[in-house]
Amino acid sequence: MRRRILPGFGLSLGYALAYLGLIVLLPLAALAWKASGIGLHGLIRLLSSPRTFAALKLSFVGATFAAVVNAVVGLLVAWVLVRYRFPGRRFLDALVDLPFALPTAVAGIALTALYAPNGWLGQWLVPHGIQIAYAPPGVILAMVFVGFPFVVRTLQPVLESLDRDVEEAAESLGASHLQTFFRVILPMLFPTLLTGFALALARAVGEYGSVIFIAGNIPMRSEIAPLLIVEKLEEFNYAGAAALGMVMLIASFVLLIIISLLQRWSRRWAEQTR
Amino acid sequence: MTLELSHLSRRFTDFAALDDVSLSIAPGEFLALLGPSGSGKTTLLRILAGLDYPDAGSVHLDGHNFLVAQARERKIGLVFQHYALFRHLTVAENVAFGLRVRKRKLRPSKAAITERVNQLLKRVQLDGYGHRYPTQLSGGQRQRVALARALAVEPDLLLLDEPFGALDAQVRLTLRRWLRELHEDLKLTTIFVTHDQEEALELADRIAVMNRGRIEQVGTPEAIYQQPATPFVCEFIGKVNKLPVTCTDGKLAAGEWVLDSDPWHGRHAHATAYVRPEHLALGVPANQPAWIAHLRHIYLAGSVVHLELYVPAIDQTLEADIAGEDVARLGLQTGVDLRVAPRSAVVFAIDKPGDDATVQDRWMWQAQSTIFA
Repeated sequence: MRRRILPGFGLSLGYALAYLGLIVLLPLAALAWKASGIGLHGLIRLLSSPRTFAALKLSFVGATFAAVVNAVVGLLVAWVLVRYRFPGRRFLDALVDLPFALPTAVAGIALTALYAPNGWLGQWLVPHGIQIAYAPPGVILAMVFVGFPFVVRTLQPVLESLDRDVEEAAESLGASHLQTFFRVILPMLFPTLLTGFALALARAVGEYGSVIFIAGNIPMRSEIAPLLIVEKLEEFNYAGAAALGMVMLIASFVLLIIISLLQRWSRRWAEQTR
Repeated sequence: MTLELSHLSRRFTDFAALDDVSLSIAPGEFLALLGPSGSGKTTLLRILAGLDYPDAGSVHLDGHNFLVAQARERKIGLVFQHYALFRHLTVAENVAFGLRVRKRKLRPSKAAITERVNQLLKRVQLDGYGHRYPTQLSGGQRQRVALARALAVEPDLLLLDEPFGALDAQVRLTLRRWLRELHEDLKLTTIFVTHDQEEALELADRIAVMNRGRIEQVGTPEAIYQQPATPFVCEFIGKVNKLPVTCTDGKLAAGEWVLDSDPWHGRHAHATAYVRPEHLALGVPANQPAWIAHLRHIYLAGSVVHLELYVPAIDQTLEADIAGEDVARLGLQTGVDLRVAPRSAVVFAIDKPGDDATVQDRWMWQAQSTIFA
C-alpha cells in the first residue's frame, strides 16, 4: 500500500463523510422530508402556478445571465490585475473581495439608492426608459454584484501560473493577438473559468438579501424564487416552502452537474492516460 | 539569407544585457551562442525572434531591416527550453497551429495541412503520436513536437533557446546528434543558445562565446578551443590551469619554468598563462625547464586519467590529463615527484597581476623541443 500524507485513511475519510453528512446532507434530508408533505398533486399545482414559474424563471435565467456577465468581466479584471503593473493595483485587488465582506442587505440598499428613479444614476436613466431598480435588470445587477469575486479569485492564480513561453510560441508561429487569446489562452483558462462561473451562478441563485431590496418584488415581474419561499413561510405553508426549495435545489444540482461535465470535457487534455 | 547584427545594445534597469554586439550569420550556418547565465545570449535570441527590442543597433536580413517586422511576420521557428507546447491541443494540432492561424488566402487546405503534419511527425520520428496530448509524452518527445511545430511554418531561421536544457543526459545526447543530422538535411540557418560548452563544441559550425553582454570570440569550435582569444574563453571552454607569469630581463617565468623570450620586449611586467590539462608534459628531461611536482591523486576516468599535481615552487595545484596506458609506462603512483612542463600555453599580458580585465596582448606559445612529443 502506498504511504499517505494524512495518517489513518479510514479515520480521515470517515470524519470527512460524517462532517459532510451532518452539515450538508442532514438539512437537505430534512428539507426533502418536509417537502414530501405536499404530495405529488400539491407539487404539480405549485409548479403550474404562473407566479411560481415566473419566479423560478427569473431566479435561474437571471442568475445564469449574471454569471455570464461575471465570467466575462471577471476574466477582464483578473487579466488586468495579473498582467499589468500600475499604481493602485493592490488597492483595486483588495476591492474585489468587498462583495464577499459586505452584508448583502447593505449592498442591496446601496444599489437601490443608486438606481431608484430618484437615485444618483436612476434619475438620469429612468427618463430615458431604462429602468433598473424595481425591475429584472436590478435583480441581475444585484446578482452580478454578489457573484463578482468568484470568477476573479478563481482565475487569478491560474493566470499567474500561465507560461509566457506559450504565448510567445503562438506569436512566433504567426498568430495575431486575438488568435493567441482565443486559440491558446482562453482554452487553457476555460476549465477554471467554468469553476468561477459555477460558483457565481450558485451564489446568484441562492442570493436573497441584496436582491429583495432592489427588485421591488412585483409578482410575475421582479419576484425571485427565494422570496416566494419566504412568503410561504410567513403564511406557515412549510410544506410548500420546502417543496419550492427542493425544486430549486434539484434545478441547481442539475445545472452544476452539467457544468462539471462541461469542465471535464474541456480538461480532456490534462488526463494522464497511457 | 545573411543575417547581419551590428552594434546591438540592450539595457535592463540595472545591467547591460547586450553591449555593442555585432555578428554576421551566413546562410545555412549552425551557430551556437555560448555563455554563462546572464551573459546576454538569450536576450540576443529574443531580439532576433522579435520578442524583445534593442536600445541601439540594427539587424538586417539580406539588407532588409529585420527589426521593423513583428515577431509573427519574421518567419522564425522558435524552440524553447521548456517546450512551450499548447497543452490543450493534441500533438497534430500543435504542429498544425502555425498553418491554421494563417489568413484564409495563405492557409493550405485541410488535407494539405494534415499531410504536412504527418510528414513532419515522421521527420521527427513521432508518426502515430498525432492524437496524443503533450502531457502523455516524454521530455525528448515533447521537444521534438516543438521542433516539428516550428518547422511547420517553413521558417527562414530556426532559433533554439537551450533546447536540451530540461532533458536528462542520455536523451540530450541522442537528441543532439539527431538535431545535427536534421540540420545537415535541411540546411536551415540555425542559432541555438546554450551554456553547455560540450554541446556547443559538438553541434555548431561556429560558436560565439558571450560574457557580460559582449561577444568575446566568434569562431569554429577548433579555433575557440585551440586559440582562445581572451582569458574568459580560456576559462569557460574546457578545463584549464591558470598560472601567474612574471616578465623580467627578456624572460617569462613561472617558478622554475622559464621561457627565454619575451614577445612583448619588456612592455608588460605581468602575464597569465593558460595550460590545458592535456598539454602538460610529464617526465620532462633535466635539460629542459620544468617544475618539480608532487603527484597527489590519480583519478581514473575511463580512457583518460586525471592527475592532480602539486607544484611547491609556485604553490599551485595543476591538473593533467593523460591516456590510461601512460600511467603504467611512466610508472605513476600517488606520492611520486615528477618533472612537469607545459607543451603549449596561451599567455595573456596583463597590467596588474591577477586582474584579467587589464589584458593587453595574447601570445600562443608552443614548445620547440621534440622531447615533449
